[in-house]
Amino acid sequence: MYNETVIEHFTNPRNVGEIEDADGVGEVGSPQCGDIMKIFLKVEDNIIKDIKFKTFGCASAIASSSIMTEMVKGRTLEEALALTNKDVVDALGGLPPAKVHCSVLAEQAIRAAIEDYRSKKKEARNSG
Amino acid sequence: MEKRRVYVDNSATTPMHPQVLEEMMPYFIESFGNPSSIHFFGREARKAMDKARERVALGLGAKTEEIYFTGSGTEADNWAVKGVAFANKKKGNHIITTKIEHHAILHTCEYLERQGFEVTYLDVDEYGRVNPDDLERAINDRTILISVMFANNEIGTIQPVEEIGKIAKKRAVYFHTDAVQAMGNVDINVDKLGVDLLSISGHKIMGPKGIGALYVKKGTRIDNLIHGGAQERKRRSGTENVAAVVGMGKAVQLAVENLDQHVHKMTSLRDALINGIMERIPHVRLNGHPTQRLANNVNFSFEFVEGEALLLSLDMVGIAASSGSACTSGSLDPSHVLLAIGLSHETAHGSLRMSLGEINTREDIDYILDELPPIVERLRALSPLFKQCEGGKANV
Repeated sequence: MYNETVIEHFTNPRNVGEIEDADGVGEVGSPQCGDIMKIFLKVEDNIIKDIKFKTFGCASAIASSSIMTEMVKGRTLEEALALTNKDVVDALGGLPPAKVHCSVLAEQAIRAAIEDYRSKKKEARNSG
Repeated sequence: MEKRRVYVDNSATTPMHPQVLEEMMPYFIESFGNPSSIHFFGREARKAMDKARERVALGLGAKTEEIYFTGSGTEADNWAVKGVAFANKKKGNHIITTKIEHHAILHTCEYLERQGFEVTYLDVDEYGRVNPDDLERAINDRTILISVMFANNEIGTIQPVEEIGKIAKKRAVYFHTDAVQAMGNVDINVDKLGVDLLSISGHKIMGPKGIGALYVKKGTRIDNLIHGGAQERKRRSGTENVAAVVGMGKAVQLAVENLDQHVHKMTSLRDALINGIMERIPHVRLNGHPTQRLANNVNFSFEFVEGEALLLSLDMVGIAASSGSACTSGSLDPSHVLLAIGLSHETAHGSLRMSLGEINTREDIDYILDELPPIVERLRALSPLFKQCEGGKANV
């Protein structure tokens, strides 16, 4: 049902964990649907310096989170925002049709984290 | 070293018993006749079918003429519900069932609702048991059928079938029970239970796939589901799957003969697995009834993890189980059974069913108890839900 890349990322997920003093945090999904993805970012000079994730969900949700973090790490925020769920599916070498929503979650998660970073930055600027 | 393979999905299907296969073998090539033919070949096949029917009847405490072979347990369920509904629609249009039935019953009832029937889906308690008082209150003067499963396929909860049988008799309503999972794990006697119709399946009891049977008490008004030739005394058409019928007969015979021994063995393995998991893994919930449950059923929810990830991880170490998670069904909702016993969505998503069978050993249980805890631990370390509850009381 899953290809080797998906299984590999599920078995050895990259960038698992949390960042205590994250610059941006994004959480998407809901327990009702059985998928929650939480992304932590460290941003320096508009570049994603570090990224960590925690995911409650099936193997494809975990694999999608893992490969997404690899794809955006070291990239500019604009490059990360341009990432689509199709990019995630392609990088994984395909997902079963019923599992494509997991890749959508990965796309939404990184966007939510970047939005959080930007709104925090704006707040800091306004208050400072 | 070859990877160890442990099969704990016996409620999905079981391997055939070698004696079942042995009895079936002559009916593919050698004794291939059509039981409806009057010549020697036909008579030989007919004789084999008669013997199988006797064995099934004996196993259920029924008369041979009350046993009808079907293509599956699902067909038996469909026939019982649709057949009684359509044959008795002049008397009434109300059917009572439960929220935790197998889809063979639930989807059939939903179909009948679209045909103008009214269906009451009874709630169950936190252990998955129907309250007989609720059932009695749901009966009205248009009620024609009650269908309550004997034992649940997911959580193994056994229903108070005998009590329901008494109510049905008192109120003169037909009573059907889906005994697909109960057969072979519980003593079944149709008279004692007071059922009018009862479904069983071959492949759940070490018989072949593609064969089931419906017990229909003499005098029950029931329409045919499948129309055609005169097979099964004009009640279920289609040339009989003789080899499978023979296999089903043998499987029922063995299941009934070995019942006590089987239940003893399963109970001991089941309890070792349940206790072992509870001792080794925190934040777990045993789904189903603590005592009124099938001897071979283990169903746990592991908080903060998702069932499909759990299944896949177990599969990687050679353990075959199943889950009520949405991700294993292709839908977005987790198991209707787990939701009906009051589990939250996230707890239902983290369910794991391990159903035991004759092929399992104490070594299998020990292997599961070695492999499962680190898998749950790894997935919890990945889960954003876990940290929030760490140290605190589990949300169970």
